[in-house]
Amino acid sequence: MARHQIRVTVNGTLHESDVESRLLLVHYLREMLRLTGTHIGCDTTHCGACTVLLDGRPVKSCTVLAVQADGRDVMTVEGLEKDGKLDPIQEGFFQEHGLQCGYCTPGMMMTGHALLKENASPSEAEIRQAISGNLCRCTGYVNIVKAVQHAATAARAR
Amino acid sequence: MIPASFDYHSPKTLAEAIGLLSKYRDDAKVLSGGQSLLPLLKLRLGSAGHLVDIGRIPGLEDIQEKDGFLKIGGRVRESEIEHSDLVRRRYPILADTAAVIADPLVRNLATIGGNLAHGDPANDHPATMLALGATVVATGPKGERTIPIEKFFTGLFETALERDEILTEIRIPVPPPKSGGAYVKLERKVGDFATAGAAAQVTLGSAGEVVRAGIGLTNAALTPVKATDAEKFLQGKKPDDATIAEAAKRAAAATDPSPDRRGTVEYKTEMARVLTTRALKRAVTRAQGA
Repeated sequence: MARHQIRVTVNGTLHESDVESRLLLVHYLREMLRLTGTHIGCDTTHCGACTVLLDGRPVKSCTVLAVQADGRDVMTVEGLEKDGKLDPIQEGFFQEHGLQCGYCTPGMMMTGHALLKENASPSEAEIRQAISGNLCRCTGYVNIVKAVQHAATAARAR
Repeated sequence: MIPASFDYHSPKTLAEAIGLLSKYRDDAKVLSGGQSLLPLLKLRLGSAGHLVDIGRIPGLEDIQEKDGFLKIGGRVRESEIEHSDLVRRRYPILADTAAVIADPLVRNLATIGGNLAHGDPANDHPATMLALGATVVATGPKGERTIPIEKFFTGLFETALERDEILTEIRIPVPPPKSGGAYVKLERKVGDFATAGAAAQVTLGSAGEVVRAGIGLTNAALTPVKATDAEKFLQGKKPDDATIAEAAKRAAAATDPSPDRRGTVEYKTEMARVLTTRALKRAVTRAQGA
């Protein structure tokens, strides 16, 4: 069984770990680093519940090997809050009731956060396009879109 | 789901990667973006003793026009193609294609080389590359060789690549003036494979007649389909509605789809006809504006 030493920066902290080749990034984050904010949904690259940022880009962490993240930068939902202050995207989901059951929320927020870094004033269509790889089984998309719009306004005001 | 055990290699150079592929042959798979390979391994529909990750090899990530070709590195991500100014301005058919592959998150990792080398007739780039008359560059122990795209797809999940070759570049001839192309896809939802898809690339002559037409079809048979009869029919003709309708009929006749949850053979054949019509009309409009 092949094992590898990896160095991954997660939410600003460097972690050195010994991992099996086949370990998935989502399992690494949840089970080795105990960062359980990232959810496992479908586990088949469809739902986006496991979305994290890899070098700033949102990806499905159930479809990345932990070894592929060696030397790279990962951000999970736990990395959004800074010094006790919510990220605008978290504030947006809170204010606009952007979640019902909450299962898709970490992934939705990571995708939303990444979108706002690229595009400070996205249109509704651009938001819907950006989250088209994140499924909400409560079908709460209307409020999710509002939450991202709220976050965009709040982020621009900061 | 967890894949069966394998060893992982992260070569820093192309030569090192090819050396690993030569050594492990049938027991090795190239890992590029991993968006097709990792799901296959997780579902245990496939297995490999060794994954050779080309993700850290420099020089496979450029998109540039050079020597009469648009050259796209094998590891260029779909999201980069989708957002590339050069692609959007000069090769809208490619931007059309990249934008409907899987979903935005998958496109942040999935690569154009992987999309082609996977040999899946349900993937979207093969049809577009057939329409564009692209050439694939394969790099192996003896260096580079070029493979015309119409000779590349040899079977279901099979390509002309040797076990120790890596798809390092795709070359698309820079289209002459008055050229245009489009890709249209019918999918049940974002992220689904195509129920049917059609790529069309046309070049018009001084009298508005079709000088060259390329048509490729997605998920229409066990390998990507090049609709040669329809292409030939269009040549020299004015692309009016009746001509496009006949070409689309001929393209649909070249398909051999399999029935599945996306539809019956009859439905998929009809969708291939409808989508070819739409792709041709959009391609002609773009060519007229070019």
